Amino acid sequence: MSFFLETLAGGLLAGVMYALVAIGFVLIYKASGVFNYAQGAMVLCAALTFVTLTERDLPFWLAGLVTLAIMVTLAVAVERVVLRPLVNRSQVTLFMATLGLSYVIEGIAQLLMGASVHELDLGIPDLPVALGPIQLSRFDLVAAASAGALVIALSLFFERTRIGVALRAVADDPQAALSIGIRLPILWAAVWAVAGFVALVAGLLWGARQGVQFSLTFVVLKALPVLIIGGFTSIAGAIIGGLIVGAADAIAEIYLGPLLGGSVSTWFAYLLAVAFLLVRPAGLFGERAIKRV
Amino acid sequence: MTGAVEAGLGRPPFLDVVAIEAVYGASILALHDVSLSVARGEIVALVGPNGAGKTTTLRAISNLLGAQRGALRGGTIRWQGEETRRLDPADLVARGIVQVLEGRHVFGQLTVEENLLTGGYLRRPSRRQLAEDLERVYGWFPRLRERRGALAGLTSGGEQQMVAIGRALMTRPTLLLLDEPSMGLAPIIVAEIFAIIARLNREEGLSVLIAEQSANLVLDHADRAIVLESGRVVASGPSAELAASGRLAALYLGAADASTRH
Ligand SMILES: Nc1ncnc2c1ncn2[C@@H]1O[C@H](COP(=O)(O)OP(=O)(O)OP(=O)(O)O)[C@@H](O)[C@H]1O
Ligand SMILES: [Mg+2]
Repeated sequence: MSFFLETLAGGLLAGVMYALVAIGFVLIYKASGVFNYAQGAMVLCAALTFVTLTERDLPFWLAGLVTLAIMVTLAVAVERVVLRPLVNRSQVTLFMATLGLSYVIEGIAQLLMGASVHELDLGIPDLPVALGPIQLSRFDLVAAASAGALVIALSLFFERTRIGVALRAVADDPQAALSIGIRLPILWAAVWAVAGFVALVAGLLWGARQGVQFSLTFVVLKALPVLIIGGFTSIAGAIIGGLIVGAADAIAEIYLGPLLGGSVSTWFAYLLAVAFLLVRPAGLFGERAIKRV
Repeated sequence: MTGAVEAGLGRPPFLDVVAIEAVYGASILALHDVSLSVARGEIVALVGPNGAGKTTTLRAISNLLGAQRGALRGGTIRWQGEETRRLDPADLVARGIVQVLEGRHVFGQLTVEENLLTGGYLRRPSRRQLAEDLERVYGWFPRLRERRGALAGLTSGGEQQMVAIGRALMTRPTLLLLDEPSMGLAPIIVAEIFAIIARLNREEGLSVLIAEQSANLVLDHADRAIVLESGRVVASGPSAELAASGRLAALYLGAADASTRH
């Protein structure tokens, strides 16, 4: 029993890491209807920048600040140079633009900072922590706690700040937002900047866990089933979706893997996602318009 | 019919729309030749049947045509002497023109109060200023105060119309453009809303341009009316005169026709 619990808890914690990446997608999708494929490249770029800076002996806090500044600049530039000229185009066009963008970001980041694998040590020892009958990784716990703090910060941002409320308004009805003088480009830039910040947090945690290298961009592939299950428009959905994927992945790996004689974790999440698609196409928390006539 | 003349000599021009022509996409010509003016402190009605171009005219004035892939192809619009062609919608809101969209368009997932607050943001008011403006709107629409915490999407149609108008008032406009405020509402609610608009006009000097398909009620409140048909102005003048004239009766028949065809 405690082995099962341990697997489950480990899976849930991993799920939080998936959710972290998924949230970056949700933010931009909600505000501007763009499925930003480049979110994965942004995660890589953030981690690579941070690691390069700390390797030059910058203290963590300074490296973090500089990376954040770079990410925000990058995000705002992307919005201005790539997406704004494409405004009013079809979703496919926008998606293709972000797809291309992700290769450009990856390419330039690696050109400037090298393609070798970097160790990223955040100073959190990966020791087991006993929690009653089960043992959990300390790193996973810290990662989950950081993700939790990030989510709380984001919800405060959306509930309490003017930009946050305006962003929700734009996500709800862009035309109406325009009619009362909300400047959409400024808000899009803001949401990209926030997504850049989320990419930084995700990049640090993922980078610390599996090394900073090109394959970091593939965290996108982990986020996709999370989004399908949770819905593309809900932060809560991203978290629940992440937990479901993480838990299901871990359990399937342990109990189903041996039966099938191989690793199931690469595809099991997608199987789950497809099943969800059939039952609930909008995802668990996908937006159904509130309407009353 | 230039605004300066009708508004009385010596007053600065307020809203002046001269011979505008508007298109959607590259080819759909929605307005052929529309001229109209609104003087400070006036309520002007823009009436006409389905598809006459009322909404397009309002969008042209608030510069919201662009968001619908529409554009002005000719003519000029001047707001307090300034040509508005190069301004974006937010610039116009900052200068005092705000449009309440047809179909209300409240932010359904936001609360009533959040909806109102969004209207205040452009001016970057202090917290206190924003709270005062909110109180002022609740003063005009006491019902909204009771519903302040409700999701706007779950309020009644009349309440949503009040939210949309209140949200626009939060921008502190001098000219309010209302697009079919009566749409889909019970007559008693429409009367309540028009009464509030009339008071805003009397007590705060708010100028109003109201587009309405059904002319009967709006003419009771408007000083003047402009009748549109197929993208052209076909009649205009003081409400009372127009109401008495045969032209408007003909229009009513047209409008009744159009709405039964729906
Ligand atoms: N977004 C749009 N794209 C293309 N054509 C449009 C658009 N909006 C309006 N039109 C066309 O422009 C013309 C004028 O429409 P408009 O909406 O201005 O009329 P209206 O007087 O507001 O009508 P209603 O009373 O039905 O609201 C119509 O022929 C309409 O089909
Ligand atoms: Mg209309």
